[in-house]
Amino acid sequence: MRFVDEFRDADKAKALLAEIGTVAAKAADRMGRPANIMEVCGGHTHSIFRYGIGDLLPKSIELVHGPGCPVCVLPMGRVDDCVAIAEQPGVIFATFGDAMRVPGSKKSLLQAKAEGSDIRMVYSPLDALALARANPDREVVFFGLGFETTMPSTAMTVLQAAADGTKNFSLICNHITIIPTMKAILDDPGLQLDGFLGPGHVTMVIGLEPYEFIGATYNKPVVIAGFEPLDVLQSVWMVMQQLSQGRAVIENQYGRIVPKGGNPVARDAITRVFELRDFFEWRGLGSIEHSGVKMRAAYAQFDAERRFSVPDVKVADPEACQCGDVLKGIIKPRQCRVFGTACTPETPLGALMVSSEGACAAYYQYGPRAGDEPEKANAA
Amino acid sequence: MSLSGDKSAPTTRRKRDAIHLQRVTLAHGGGGKAMRDLVDDVFVSVFDNPDLAPLEDQARFALSALATHGDRLAFTSDSFVVDPLEFPGGDIGKLAICGTVNDLAVGGAKPLYLSCSVIIEEGTELALLRRVAASMARTAAEAGVKVVTGDTKVVTRGACDKLFINTAGIGVIRTGLDLGCHRAEPGDLVIVNGLLGDHGAAILGARGDLALSSPIESDCAPLNGLIDGLIAACPETKFLRDATRGGVATVVNEIAEASQVGIELIDDATPIREEVRGFCEILGLDPLYLANEGRIVAVVPAAAGERALAALKSHRYGQGAVVIGQVTRGPPGRVTMQTRFGGKRVVDMLIGEQLPRIC
Repeated sequence: MRFVDEFRDADKAKALLAEIGTVAAKAADRMGRPANIMEVCGGHTHSIFRYGIGDLLPKSIELVHGPGCPVCVLPMGRVDDCVAIAEQPGVIFATFGDAMRVPGSKKSLLQAKAEGSDIRMVYSPLDALALARANPDREVVFFGLGFETTMPSTAMTVLQAAADGTKNFSLICNHITIIPTMKAILDDPGLQLDGFLGPGHVTMVIGLEPYEFIGATYNKPVVIAGFEPLDVLQSVWMVMQQLSQGRAVIENQYGRIVPKGGNPVARDAITRVFELRDFFEWRGLGSIEHSGVKMRAAYAQFDAERRFSVPDVKVADPEACQCGDVLKGIIKPRQCRVFGTACTPETPLGALMVSSEGACAAYYQYGPRAGDEPEKANAA
Repeated sequence: MSLSGDKSAPTTRRKRDAIHLQRVTLAHGGGGKAMRDLVDDVFVSVFDNPDLAPLEDQARFALSALATHGDRLAFTSDSFVVDPLEFPGGDIGKLAICGTVNDLAVGGAKPLYLSCSVIIEEGTELALLRRVAASMARTAAEAGVKVVTGDTKVVTRGACDKLFINTAGIGVIRTGLDLGCHRAEPGDLVIVNGLLGDHGAAILGARGDLALSSPIESDCAPLNGLIDGLIAACPETKFLRDATRGGVATVVNEIAEASQVGIELIDDATPIREEVRGFCEILGLDPLYLANEGRIVAVVPAAAGERALAALKSHRYGQGAVVIGQVTRGPPGRVTMQTRFGGKRVVDMLIGEQLPRIC
């Protein structure tokens, strides 16, 4: 497949791995311990497991799976709000597929659907708007979620609905922003991270500038990374290169998609429709300042939170769950006390077991298990 | 409806009145003349054969005739609820015949007789029913099986989605043949008979969720002829299963678990159509878990590999046959894949349905 297979070339991977081995040795000399690199985005986590990249890397590099799976970090209270709206008579609730399984405190959307709520899977917010036009006597509510990657398409949909006067369409906004969350992770006293693979598609919208403080203030390198396996390897090499040289700046590996300045048109759509919330609750990480957006008053008529009464109750994460520690790189998924026992993809307790992009779910599905060979062979 | 398969049954036929309505009404499920006309006009007319006499409530078989094919009966049942009912490469009728024929054939049985029970939603178009019935008859003829009994129900609008079909089937297992999920041993080869995931992709494409420029055709096909050829050439074949729901990944996991062996798949060797790969990339799906309706997974001893492949390739439904992996001593029950990229990953059972990813 053109433009895909080129980025999965095994020979190029071998060459890159050899280079990574050399640089990692230099970095290890300098640091005196293995380097912990967090891939921020769930898409990276998925790719790393799907291609077995973790096992190919030298022992002196540990990949830590970050919070960038918007489905995983949805708190139970927000899912409860969605279920409450979906259960109201006359509502068609439209959602992305993988949000269906996220557990609320009582049920997931999948369970609500089984109990009779009209919940439809869509591929784009525009599909939800089309549903609203096709069903003028019904209220269509779209479950808006995701980082800056999906925010522009939701914003454009709201702008379109406003332009053509669609009255029966609204949005329950659960969009979140990545930078405050990276800052919260960096501020954690237990932090054990040395560098980041930054989120490619978020940065395509926000540009490189918002990451500059991470090098300047926290002295950690960030490399904006693509999602194909060679992208990931090259980005790891770039982070290790910085670590071996004692540099800490923002670099862009994903130049074929990510312009330095991001996408101003997309940002403009976001700013027109959304404004920052004071706080937003993250599953596993708790409440983080300015980490979510809500709809501006000018678009109140499209705001499902204002149109419908929702419980809006905070629900604490299960106590046994150690998602927060996994997200901050303090423990590995398998070191969590409920991993694979009380918490499995079938009955997820914690955020990271929910979506296929969550670190624990990826670990569970693709990762080594008890009884396998040692977790990592030194490929360098 | 009962369509007796007993040759000694009287061959009298009842008078058929063709139906001129456009759509099925509740009257067609009422048990009266309207129902009889529907059954006769739509189903009996196309399944018609010299053995068939629609007079009794059951089909009847002479045991002696069955015993000429082998020494054990195989009996299976499957229900079909696909949306949309017609899709590139097939329809619910073709699926309903192939599904049951294949379920019998992978057990080493010669499929002989099928039942056909339909649940029809009020308002369903007669023309659609006729197309589906004709497709069933065509597929049954290709597979060499007879539809000998059945049932028709009509339910109110909303109680089912246009048309559900159940087929059950009887076949006879060849004497001496013992295919089993538990028989895989380290060194055995895992073979498939062609491109994987076409059916699943065809259905998702036909639902219109994605505007695809070139529709992908379902692989739906009756595989009993293909399997006859394989078993004739390679009687030491250990296990066969059709890789339907859950795809090839699910079948190999079942083998690994039942036989308490490891299985290593080779990414490069799994045959997947470019369009299907692209489709899966876009939706974030794994083609190994996509449904197939004309694909089998075979486990054969390594020494018989070439013979098995040659036998499969000589049949029209096996031209893409290829070895996709090997049974290993690895951790029991574990399926791994050697990735194209040089890494290794676990290929697990799917938890629920595959859901498209958000980003």
